[in-house]
Amino acid sequence: MNVPFTQSILVISLIKVVVLLFLVLTSVAYLVWFERKVAAHLQGRWGPYRVGPHGLLQPLADGAKFLLKEDTTPAGADRLLYFTAPAITLTLAISAIAMIPFGPTTVHIFGVATPLVIANINVGLLAIFAMTSIGVYGVALAGWSSNSKYSLLGGLRSSAQMISYELSLTLSVVGILLLAGTFNLSELILRQDGFTWGYLPQWNLLNPILPQILGFFCYFIAAIAETNRAPFDLAEAESEIVAGYHTEYSSFKFAMFFMGEYASMITVACLASILFLGGWLSPFPPTPGMDWTRYIPSAVLAASGVALIIDGLRHRSFARVVLPLLGLLLGALSFLCSQPGVIDYVQGPFWFLAKVLFVLFVYVWVRWTLPRFRYDQLMRFGWKFLFPVALLNVVLTSLALVMHR
Amino acid sequence: MPISYYLALSAVLFGLGVIGFVFKRNIITIFMSIELMLNAVNLAFIAFARALGQLQGQVFVFFVIVVAAAEAAVGLAIVIVIARNRQSLNVERINLLKL
Amino acid sequence: MTPQLVVFLILAAIAVAGAVSVILQREPIHSAISLITVMIALAGLFLLLESEFIAAVQIIVYAGAIMVLFVFVIMLLNAGAEERTNMSRMARYVGVPLAIFLLIELAYQIGAATSSMTAQPVADGATRGLSMLLFQDFVFPFELTSILILIAILGALVLAQRSEGAPPQRAKQ
Repeated sequence: MNVPFTQSILVISLIKVVVLLFLVLTSVAYLVWFERKVAAHLQGRWGPYRVGPHGLLQPLADGAKFLLKEDTTPAGADRLLYFTAPAITLTLAISAIAMIPFGPTTVHIFGVATPLVIANINVGLLAIFAMTSIGVYGVALAGWSSNSKYSLLGGLRSSAQMISYELSLTLSVVGILLLAGTFNLSELILRQDGFTWGYLPQWNLLNPILPQILGFFCYFIAAIAETNRAPFDLAEAESEIVAGYHTEYSSFKFAMFFMGEYASMITVACLASILFLGGWLSPFPPTPGMDWTRYIPSAVLAASGVALIIDGLRHRSFARVVLPLLGLLLGALSFLCSQPGVIDYVQGPFWFLAKVLFVLFVYVWVRWTLPRFRYDQLMRFGWKFLFPVALLNVVLTSLALVMHR
Repeated sequence: MPISYYLALSAVLFGLGVIGFVFKRNIITIFMSIELMLNAVNLAFIAFARALGQLQGQVFVFFVIVVAAAEAAVGLAIVIVIARNRQSLNVERINLLKL
Repeated sequence: MTPQLVVFLILAAIAVAGAVSVILQREPIHSAISLITVMIALAGLFLLLESEFIAAVQIIVYAGAIMVLFVFVIMLLNAGAEERTNMSRMARYVGVPLAIFLLIELAYQIGAATSSMTAQPVADGATRGLSMLLFQDFVFPFELTSILILIAILGALVLAQRSEGAPPQRAKQ
């Protein structure tokens, strides 16, 4: 962690922070769109379709709605805590993304060698868990400071649920730490390099010593409970407790809670893909016979560009012009990504984003498929089933390691 | 970076914990002053671990955190029972063995 | 004015301000939040002292679990503001100055006594060295602490249970 404190590192980090902040906030907005579209198609309907082509401008409309609503403060609310609770949630959810590596370390952009991660800390995994732990306060303080029965109950239940599942979350990851021996996220990804039998990637899910399937199962369930998503969203579901801890919040503060929830969803999905699915590693071995797989990113971009052009010509409004233009832009990007100078830099982030999108899709899928847990069922599940299963995973992994040596 | 700065800070935090323990009347706040004292001691241990180039200080901090967790759990359970029986969190009102 | 000194001063200022705020606040929930701030500032100081594992453990366990327990209990008991009483003359004119003098004296004496100590590099990486120590030299206390935690869990469960058949207590004024 001892990095020389030179001027250029500060400037590079600032640039990375600004870029990543912009990307994360846009992704959070479009994750809402993604969820609504997937939910709609799962339920056999269209979802947002009118606001912009295919509802793509819906996040903008939602953002405008949140900003323009009346900002109320309940009487008797504790002002300081009422204002800081959503800030805590959103800040911590977004800061956790600073530790996530998006590509191989030391990439050369414009002549500057820099890793594709803002903070490559030696205890990066623990730092992300630390931010999740403090995020519990956003919920608890929001419930307390709103001076309302529903908020207090919802806040207490929600934070109790979060700290219960946080235990299983951290324990399910210990199997991977035993196998890798480091907390550093970039190192964890590099340990998953390599292919068993020449073609099966050695991601932690398919680890040759002990496949971490149990760990992934525990981690995923604990992550859903940790981010207060269905089927574990009793504390904030509309039909149960009005809106739980964010009942009394309106306008931008509610938007901050909303964004914080989706940002922590993104964080957890990124962490799942790093820990269990190999991060930015490609699933194809780098043998000369598989060289065509390096063109997959540009192929995907080209395909989506063509799809946009064809779809754009079906509309009749101004989307008739905008969508084909976007399609042409994607086509140009696809051409750019197949050039020899750029193709190596695109591989890492492309596979990482693909895995994160997959995990997010499963997240949304689970939400709109399963019914909600009752609160006592939830707590019983967390303490009596998930925690022992995570412990079992640790024991099995240690046994496998000892036998392997 | 002289270690004495960290130790002076630890001493100040410990002193503030003692002041809180002596002056406050709410039992939970008194408990929190105890945690503040434990934290100050943790800082002193880590500072010494760094000064002597050994890691036993960090091991001790690990144990202090664990013991503080156990103590907080049991202590807060006692506080809940007291609050339930005496309906007050003021230490001046819970100084009799008999209700 | 090395960057380390600047960061130390900022974190120390936050820690002291938080600790003073723990004492001076009237509502227990505000004292709890101030204590959390102190703990996070201390975690930053641990990072400055190159013990990153303990810093992470401090935030995850101390600030993220123990203080959550405190906050829960404050919310459950609905602990309100402390009554404001005028301090007796003895407390105000003798007690408070003596307390401040205690602080200054402690800081000065300890600072002066250890002024010759400087930081030594640690042989192993902090996490690896710490785990070596914990699981080789100190494995017996480590296992004992797990039994201690088990006893604490049992104790807290038994203590906080309502007795069977007792009607729920109403808080009197």
